[in-house]
Amino acid sequence: MREVKVVSNAATHKRGFGAVLWDYLTTVDHKKVAHLYLFGGGFFFLVGGLEAMLIRIQLVKPNSEFLSNGLYNEVLTMHGTTMIFLAAMPLIFALMNAIIPLQIGARDVAFPFINSLGFWLFLFGGLILNCSWFLGGAPDAGWTSYAPLSTTSPGHGVDFYVIGLQIAGAGTLIGGINFLVTIVNMRAPGMTYMRMPLFTWASFITSILILFAFPALTVGLFLLMFDRMFDSAFFDVSLGGNAVIWEHIFWIFGHPEVYILILPLFGLFSDLFSTFSKKRLFGYTAMVFATMLIAFLGFMVWAHHMFTVGLGPVANSIFAIATMAIAVPTGIKIFNWLATMWGGQITINSAMLWALGFIPTFTLGGMTGVMVASVVADYQYHDSYFVVAHFHYVIVGGTIFGIFAGLHYWWPKMFGKILHEGMGKLTFWTFLIGFHLTFFIQHFLGLMGMPRRYSTFAPNQGLDLGNLISTIGAFFMAFGVIVFVINVFYTAAKGEKAPDDPWDGRTLEWATASPPAHYNFKQVPLVRGLDPLWIEKTEGKGKMTPSEPLGEIHMPNPSILPFMMSFGLFVAGFGFIYQVDNKAWLAVVVIGMGITFGSMLIRSLKDDLGYHITKEELEREAD
Amino acid sequence: MKGWMGKFRALTLFGSLALILSGCGQENLSALIPKGYGAEKSLDLIILTAVIMLFVLIIVMILYVTVLVRFRKKKGQKDFIPKQVEGNKTLETIWTVIPIVLLIIIAVPTVTATFDLADQSEASKSLNVEVTGNQYWWHFNYEGEEIQTSQDLYIPTGERVYLNMKSSDVIHSFWVPAISGKMDVNPENENTMFIEAYEEGVYYGKCAELCGPSHALMDFKIIAVSPEEFDQWVEDMKNVDPEAVAEGETAQQGQALFQESNCMGCHAIGSSPVQVGPNLTNFGERTQVAGILDYNKENLISWIMDPESIKPGNKMTGKYPDLSEEEASKIADYLMQLKPSSITPEDAGK
Repeated sequence: MREVKVVSNAATHKRGFGAVLWDYLTTVDHKKVAHLYLFGGGFFFLVGGLEAMLIRIQLVKPNSEFLSNGLYNEVLTMHGTTMIFLAAMPLIFALMNAIIPLQIGARDVAFPFINSLGFWLFLFGGLILNCSWFLGGAPDAGWTSYAPLSTTSPGHGVDFYVIGLQIAGAGTLIGGINFLVTIVNMRAPGMTYMRMPLFTWASFITSILILFAFPALTVGLFLLMFDRMFDSAFFDVSLGGNAVIWEHIFWIFGHPEVYILILPLFGLFSDLFSTFSKKRLFGYTAMVFATMLIAFLGFMVWAHHMFTVGLGPVANSIFAIATMAIAVPTGIKIFNWLATMWGGQITINSAMLWALGFIPTFTLGGMTGVMVASVVADYQYHDSYFVVAHFHYVIVGGTIFGIFAGLHYWWPKMFGKILHEGMGKLTFWTFLIGFHLTFFIQHFLGLMGMPRRYSTFAPNQGLDLGNLISTIGAFFMAFGVIVFVINVFYTAAKGEKAPDDPWDGRTLEWATASPPAHYNFKQVPLVRGLDPLWIEKTEGKGKMTPSEPLGEIHMPNPSILPFMMSFGLFVAGFGFIYQVDNKAWLAVVVIGMGITFGSMLIRSLKDDLGYHITKEELEREAD
Repeated sequence: MKGWMGKFRALTLFGSLALILSGCGQENLSALIPKGYGAEKSLDLIILTAVIMLFVLIIVMILYVTVLVRFRKKKGQKDFIPKQVEGNKTLETIWTVIPIVLLIIIAVPTVTATFDLADQSEASKSLNVEVTGNQYWWHFNYEGEEIQTSQDLYIPTGERVYLNMKSSDVIHSFWVPAISGKMDVNPENENTMFIEAYEEGVYYGKCAELCGPSHALMDFKIIAVSPEEFDQWVEDMKNVDPEAVAEGETAQQGQALFQESNCMGCHAIGSSPVQVGPNLTNFGERTQVAGILDYNKENLISWIMDPESIKPGNKMTGKYPDLSEEEASKIADYLMQLKPSSITPEDAGK
C-alpha cells in the first residue's frame, strides 16, 4: 500500500524541459492525454497534408514526372492511412479526452492508465508505420490494402502497414472501451442519459461503434499478417483462398469507421449551434435517436463499397436501399440544427464559422452520398474522382471542419488561452475556399473519366483544367493550415488569457476553471436538467450546486508503464517484420514482447492505489 | 458578413456548374456523354438523383441563408435570451417523411436498373468475350470464334456483347465510361457484364482498381464498328496465317529476331491462347503502343528496348536478351506489319 502526500500538484510552476517531458510520458490525467493526442494527431495531420500536397503537385499537369509511379502509390497509401488512423481519429480522441469527463461532471475517465496506454499505442503504431519511409519504402496498396495486391506487394511496405495499424488500432479499441465505461459509470448525480450533451452522446455511440468495428480490423490485419509473414493463404486464390473476403472484412470495419470519424463531430456541432445561438438544441430526443440510427445503419451498409465487385443485383439492391436510408436521420440532424439557430441570437466567431461552413459542405457530401448509393449510377462513380470528391466532402467537411471548430471552441478549456480570432478567420476562409476549389471540380473529373489513384493522366482527355484547378485549391488549404499552426504558437506566446466561461456556455465543462484543476471539480456538481450550467445561469446562481460535501479526492498515480508497454510492441513490431528475411530477428520479437509483458507483470503485481488530495489542501486553493 | 457568405456559396456553385456544362469532357471517355446502353442507364440515374438532391440542397440553403440573415447578432444589437424551444413534432415529422418519399423515388428506378443491367438472358445467343485482366494489360478472347486480341476490343454496334471477366493476378476493374459502368475483374470468380455501343467509335477504357505501380497506365480501347464491318473483321481474323513471312528485308530480319529472342515464349500471333504477354496478331492495327503511347515506330522501339521506363513493374522487363536499337527497330518493322484485317480503327468512324 502506498500513500503519496502531495503538497501541491495542481500548481503549474515553471519547470525544466526534462520535468515537463517526464510529466507527459507518465501522465494519466485525461486533460494531458488530450494534449498528447492533439500534438500526436496534429503532427500526423501535417504529415498527411504534406503527402496530399505531393499528390496534387504530381497531378497539376498531365504526364508529370514529379513522382515516380511506385512512389506515388506509396504517397497516396500513406496519405489515406495517415489521415484516417493517425490524424482524424487521434484528434477526435483529443477532443473526447479533453471534454467528456468535464461534460459529464466526472473527475477523471474510468481507466486513466488504459487511457494513457491507448495514446502510446497509437503513437508507436503511427511511428512504426512512418518508419517505413526510411526503411525501404512505404506501403503501396492503398489505405484499403486489397488482397492480392497487398499480399504480393514486394518489400516490407505492407508489413509496416499491418504491424503499425495493429498496434495503433489496439490503442483505439481500448480508448473506445474506456469512454464507454466512463460515460456509463461516471456521470455526475442528476446527469441522466437524456440530459447528456450531444457531444457526449455522440462519443458514447461512437465508442460502441469502435467496440464492434475495430475487432474486424484486428482480425483482418492478423490474416494479412499471416499471409505475408507466415505463409498462410487466406487471400491466395491459387491455394484455395479468397481475395474478395478481405474487402468484406475491411469494409465491415471500414464503413463504421467513417461514422466513427463523423458522429462525435455531429455531437460537437450540436453543442456549438446551441451555445452560439443561445438556444437549447431543437429536437434533442430526435437528435439522440438519429445518432443511434446512423450508427446502427452504419454497420449494415459496408457492401456499398463493393457494388462493382460482382455481388449480384439482389445484394446490390439491398445494400443500396440500406445506404439511402442513412440520409433520413442525417437529414433530421441538418434540419434540427437549422431549427436550433432559428429564432436564436447567433454569435459568429471562428469556432462558429467552422460549424456554419460545415452545413452546406456536408449537405453536398451527403447529397453525393445518396447519389453514390444508387447502384447503377455508382458503376460510373466507383473508384473515380467522383468518389474522391464525395468522401472528402464528408470527411473534411464533417470531421476536419469539426475538429477545427472544436479546437477553436475548446482551446480555452484545454490551454487557458483563446486562439487569435483574426488568424482563426483567415484559416477558415482560405481553407473553405481552397477546399471547394479542390474538391468540387473532382465530381466532374470523375464522371469525365478520371479514375481514382492514378499517378498520372494523359493530356487532351478533357482532364487537364480540372486537375490544375484542384491543385490550386490544395495550396489555399495548405495556407490555411499553416496560418492555424502559426496561430497556435502565437497564442501560446502572447494569447489572451481565457476566462472560465468565454462563450456563455451551457454545458458542464464551462463550470470549471480554464484550464481545469487536475481533479476537474472540487465538488462534483448536481445536474438539474439538460444544459445544466445554463439552468443555473438563468436562475441567477451562475454556478453549479455541489452534489457532495467537500472531501478528499482520490487520484491515480502517474506511470511510465503505458509508455513501456507500447514501446515493447514497437520493438517487437520490427522483429515481426524482419524475421521474414532472417530468423535472427526473432530475438527482437522476444526482447520487445519481453518489455511489454514485463511491464504488464509489474502492473499486475505492484499495488498502485493512487493518492488522495486532502480536504485542507482543496480549501486552500482559490475557488 | 454572413449575408454574403450564402451568396458566395451559391455563386461558386452556379459558376462551377456553368463551367462544367460548357464542357462535359471528351466524348470517347466521358460518362456524361453516353454512347452505350450501360452508360445511358447510369446517366439517367445520375441526373435523377442529382436533380432530387439539388432540390434538397436548395431548400437547406434557403433555410440556412434565412437563418443567418435574420438571426445573426447584428452590430450594436442588445443581448437577449431567445425562447428555449424544445422541438416541434409537426416540423420534425415533415422533415422525416419527405426525405423518405424522395428516397423511394430514387430507390425504385435504382433497383429496376440494377436488375436490368444484370440481365443474362441473352448471353447464350450473343457474342461472348472472355476478358482477362493482367498487370498491366487486357486480353480478349472471342468465345466460339477463338480470336485473340489484346488491348483493343472490337465490337459490333447495336448488339449486346457479354464480357466474362477474370483476373490472372490482382484485382482490376474494367471501365469504359462512355459505354458502360465498371465491373471488377477478380482473380477467383468470373464476373459477367454486357456492353452495347450505340455509335461507331474508339472508346477509351481504364483500369479502375489500384493494381500496382502502372495502374494509371493500364488503358485499353473499345473499337465499335458496324455489324457488317465486324463480321468482316471476324472473317479476316480467323484467316490469319501466323507463319506468314514479313515483307521487306528489315521486317524479315525482325521476324527472325522475334523468333530468336524467344518473344513467342510469352506472346502469340494467331489464335493460340497464350496469355503471359499480350497477343500480337493484329499489332499493326493497334491504336496505341502499350495502351498509352502514340502509335509510331519510335515509341515502339523505346518500348521494346526498355519497357520498365514506360510501365514500371510490368512483366516483360528482363525476360529477353538485351536488344540494340537496330534490332529493336527491325522487330518494330515486323510487328507494325501485322495487319490481318481490312477493318481498322479508322473504320470506327474516327
